[in-house]
Amino acid sequence: MLIRLLSLGLAAGLAAVAGNASAERSILNVSYDPTREFYRAFNEHFIAQWQQQTGEKITVNQSHGGAGKQARAVIDGLEADVVTLAMAYDIDQIATRTGLIPTDWQTRLPNQSAPYYSTIVFLVRTGNPKGIKDWGDLVREGVAVVTANPKTGGGARFNYLAAWEYGLRTGGSEEAARDFITRLYRNVPVLDTGARGSTNTFLQRGIGDVLIAWENEAHLALAELGPGKVDLVVPPRSVKALPPVAVVEGNAERHGTLDIARAYLEALYSPAAQRIAARYYYRPIAPEHAEPADLARFPDLELFTVEEALGGWVEAQKKHFADGGVFDQIHQR
Amino acid sequence: MSAAGWQGQRRPQTALALRDPPWVRALLIVLAVSVLLSFLVLPLAVVLMEALRPGLDAYAAALADDNTHHALLITLVAALLTVPLNLIFGIAAAWLVTRFRFPGKSLLITLIDLPFSVSPVVVGLSLVLLYGAHGWFGAWLVANGVKVVFALPGIVLATIFVTVPFVARELIPLMQAQGREEEEAALVLGANGWQVLRHVTLPNIRIGLLYGVILCNARAMGEFGAVSVVSGHIRGQTVTLPLHVEMLYQEYQTAAAFAVASMLALLALATLLAQHALEALRRPHPPEETSP
Repeated sequence: MLIRLLSLGLAAGLAAVAGNASAERSILNVSYDPTREFYRAFNEHFIAQWQQQTGEKITVNQSHGGAGKQARAVIDGLEADVVTLAMAYDIDQIATRTGLIPTDWQTRLPNQSAPYYSTIVFLVRTGNPKGIKDWGDLVREGVAVVTANPKTGGGARFNYLAAWEYGLRTGGSEEAARDFITRLYRNVPVLDTGARGSTNTFLQRGIGDVLIAWENEAHLALAELGPGKVDLVVPPRSVKALPPVAVVEGNAERHGTLDIARAYLEALYSPAAQRIAARYYYRPIAPEHAEPADLARFPDLELFTVEEALGGWVEAQKKHFADGGVFDQIHQR
Repeated sequence: MSAAGWQGQRRPQTALALRDPPWVRALLIVLAVSVLLSFLVLPLAVVLMEALRPGLDAYAAALADDNTHHALLITLVAALLTVPLNLIFGIAAAWLVTRFRFPGKSLLITLIDLPFSVSPVVVGLSLVLLYGAHGWFGAWLVANGVKVVFALPGIVLATIFVTVPFVARELIPLMQAQGREEEEAALVLGANGWQVLRHVTLPNIRIGLLYGVILCNARAMGEFGAVSVVSGHIRGQTVTLPLHVEMLYQEYQTAAAFAVASMLALLALATLLAQHALEALRRPHPPEETSP
């Protein structure tokens, strides 16, 4: 009797799980940590728009995590139709290791396949008691800095490289940069694996004087926590992050969803999507479509790209984050 | 009267206990109760309080969410597949280990214990290495359109791996203590193997079995590490309740996270209640226990 009941329940459960997956066409967007809120809003918009244009009801599924981990999952067989990751390097990895993405993917969409951009800023405790204004302030004695491990987190790599560029620029030499970055990571009490983890460390656990964070992540935290708990500090110069997007053609073709996947990414460049991006604290590449009030939250600062200042991601990855690279050398001390 | 006899037997022991000075007894009681409160009751109470802080409406909304329902479904399906499998394996393994001598027996016992000592993350990664797109069986699985990792089968496999020891570990000491005399007697009286299992072995190990199943089920529903690696974290598709809790928490939906966490706690509580109900159901006519 009991066994019969259990197997009945199991059959019903399995049927529900299977039925859920095959009822309508769906695509899977594999993304990184800080885009959750943006894509939740954008998916709603896109699903409505697709239904209006084609009459078809579709589902967009989301998977979020640290950018490196997400790329790894797609390589290991997570069946993404589109990837929207933190940096081109991760998508390149998928392209070269699986062949599911054409290697010239970055030329398929405007602005090197990056529909929005962001930068790295600081969150400090209210009133900025440690007086942190620029990258140089992070290495002072007694300043506890929270950032994630650059070997696992996409944002953390930007944090690291922005700091490296500051050391290189102000110190004038490779040794000076190395010395600067060593002192900086000596001030880091906890290395989380991803951006969301270090945000939680700083905000919920109350560790550290300053959090190096994505601009959108910092704004989101401000909005979620309410003002008065932490302050935002924008350094005079920081790194420009172009989080790129690509269709995982091999997967989408097999799923029969190539048309949705392509339309999905193209829609990211539409005026409506640009407006949503600005609302969720991403700097839109077509700011004329965004609300002025949203744009006012993005202060002007000098931005450099990793390509311009540091010779590109492949080189930066090899030099700094590969096993035995600069980060391993300075971190072991 | 038997009650008087029982009391008479116990009196010396009680007197011995009474000899401790009152302050020692008070101290021990306070210590035990405070440890229990601070390490067991307080965390659970905090979960409930945090969950209910924004009000009952918000609590109900968090539990009524489609993604929460789906996470619950995945968790229940994984547990429903895992527990019977482990039940059969546990009985078979315990029977083999306690009733027979064979070379490699201690190796088998060690193997059963392996999931206790291997970190769940390693379990998850090994599944990815076996069944991932570039794993040993990956090419074949992809060619035949079978999804294992980042889908329900992967979650179930991971759950089975981490829960393998629970039933067997409960049964082995019990069956060792009971010995094989009753089974041999049944065999001598002409029972076949199936009859021995149904009428002698299973009734004897009933309580241990039940306890093993409860533990196995609790772990299956609560497993996080191994499942996290093979899940892919697709909302409404491959997310179990524990993963759902973490994702909600990371999205700053603290109240919803605690609401779902309290649901997990309630599920655990429900299993415990089911255990007691089952035991009570059987109590009217238990097989007479021999004195221990």
